[in-house]
Amino acid sequence: MKWSLILELARALMFARIKQTLVAAVGVTFSITMFVALLGFMNGLNTLLDGLVLNRTPHIRFYNQIKPNPNQPIDLSPEFGKGVNVIRSIKPSNSRLAIYNSEPILKTLNADPRVRGVSAKIAAQVFYNVGSIDLTGVVNGIDPEKEIDLFAFQDYVTVGNPEDLLQTNSIILGKGAADRMLADIGDVIQITTAQGNKAQLKVVGYYQSGLADFDNANSFASINTVQKMMGEPASYLTDIQVKLHDFNQAPAFANEYREIFEIEADDIQTVNAQFETGSSIRTLISYAVGITLLVVSGFGIYNILNMMIYEKLDTIAILKAIGFNSQDVKRIFITIALSIGFIGGTLGLLFGYLSCLGIERIPFETDALPTVKTYPIDFSSKYYFIGGIFSLVTTYLAGFFPARKASSVDPVDIIRGK
Amino acid sequence: MTKTNQPVLEAKNIDKFFYNPVETQVLKKVSFTINRGEFVSVVGKSGCGKSTLLYILSTMDTDYKGELLIDEQVINGKHSNYLSRLRNEKIGFVFQFHYLLNEFSALENVLIPGLKLGKYSREELEHQAMEKLKIFDMQDHALKKANQLSGGQKQRVAIARALINDPLLIMGDEPTGNLDKKNADIVFNIFKELTAEFHQTILIVTHDPEFAEGTDRIIEMEDGRVISGQ
Repeated sequence: MKWSLILELARALMFARIKQTLVAAVGVTFSITMFVALLGFMNGLNTLLDGLVLNRTPHIRFYNQIKPNPNQPIDLSPEFGKGVNVIRSIKPSNSRLAIYNSEPILKTLNADPRVRGVSAKIAAQVFYNVGSIDLTGVVNGIDPEKEIDLFAFQDYVTVGNPEDLLQTNSIILGKGAADRMLADIGDVIQITTAQGNKAQLKVVGYYQSGLADFDNANSFASINTVQKMMGEPASYLTDIQVKLHDFNQAPAFANEYREIFEIEADDIQTVNAQFETGSSIRTLISYAVGITLLVVSGFGIYNILNMMIYEKLDTIAILKAIGFNSQDVKRIFITIALSIGFIGGTLGLLFGYLSCLGIERIPFETDALPTVKTYPIDFSSKYYFIGGIFSLVTTYLAGFFPARKASSVDPVDIIRGK
Repeated sequence: MTKTNQPVLEAKNIDKFFYNPVETQVLKKVSFTINRGEFVSVVGKSGCGKSTLLYILSTMDTDYKGELLIDEQVINGKHSNYLSRLRNEKIGFVFQFHYLLNEFSALENVLIPGLKLGKYSREELEHQAMEKLKIFDMQDHALKKANQLSGGQKQRVAIARALINDPLLIMGDEPTGNLDKKNADIVFNIFKELTAEFHQTILIVTHDPEFAEGTDRIIEMEDGRVISGQ
């Protein structure tokens, strides 16, 4: 059987009922448009929200935890060493927050081919002195260039230039902290470290992450500034943050180096498991809505094809009388359904893309998200691909039953019936 | 060119029952043979089973008892795809109500069974279809849609369509039943011409005695039996 003839017959039948065919196609177009727009929008939002946390989170963070020494003297005694010893109220002794041997660790990490970048950091507990009031906070000593490269630091510096931090004694204040201190750009603020050292720092910018609690407490200065402020040497670092090329290797990487360096290593998957969950549930909901739309349009196609078959019983009977077999008739109607699906689906993908472009232009400004000016959209080709496949699958299923009915039409009944 | 006594269609003891609403036997041991080149008509009163017989002979109705041979091959119990192919290749149909596909032009209507058979290219078939339409003086209407034609014109296109695959046998169910006298005469003359010039085998069911008079052989039916003309 030649497909060209099947196509020609299908085309003629569709054109004979062009309005109904168009209604069916518009149904598919609408649902695919919504599907693509919904998923693009939802995933754009997901990416943005995840990015809020994940962009700024290192894949692995090395740090020194202050905790009691696990090797207690009693374990070394011949008398009690073999037993299970319970000691209450052990205090951490001689521990410090700084990472031991930070220089070689940095060198090793930088040499590892899996590593995209390493950025050291000092977190210093401070008081912001505002008149007679002390506000607690954290000054993060960072390497601005590396933070920009690895953690999109510049996106969150809403006022000022992050590279100004390279001048000593300058600070970028968290927006919340700055508001509370009424500190303008160029002002000099005073802070007191936990050790009691006082320092004067010049405000060169504001930092706003979108997480209010974080912005209330955290400020940024260069590593040198913080080391000086605390009276610590140049090797003093409290955190080493690593970004990998492949973020999925983080847990293995953390385990490996935890053993080697004998320090704490947290990987992103362990720390931020809940973000993955939230994203996947949002994605699930948008798929469910999209598929519901498609199923509804599938019923539309089913109805229209059924109507068409009732109207075209004569045609079906005559086709069978002149030598078309059941499969041919079935193929004709399946072809009609798939054509509706293909044309409607293609237009749907196009309109979906256009509506994504439209949504992307809608202003969306919020204090929580300083870098975002319009609604975020994910233009991943994945959704277009899925939408296209779904449009064909649902129209095929919608066409299958009417087509089967058409193929079982008995021409004698129709021709006699006249 | 044609052997006249070669059987084209043989019916042997065909019985047919209708079960709805009650069991009734509409055909009783119907047997006859049609040879190549014959122009045969089946006549009888309304309800005598002549149309039912035609649908059985046409292979569209397969629910009967007895034996049917077309072109000396037994066709009972054959798969429906085989029967479709057989109809396409060896049987041409002309119905009472024309039954053209309204979505297509006259030419395309003639063309479709040919395209389905797939023996010739589209260009060749178009040429052949045009030739067939010319026989019936319909070439000027070739590109009109089927529903733009008059009843007589439609019937001529339907006959042209029946001829496109050079069938072994043409079957007609009251082909003139829906036409006025003038058009009925035209259609009859076409059939007559086909047997005379092309030795076309034709089997027509009709209740028009005048039409039947003009055929080579009349098979008369009454109450599901053939009473004369086997």
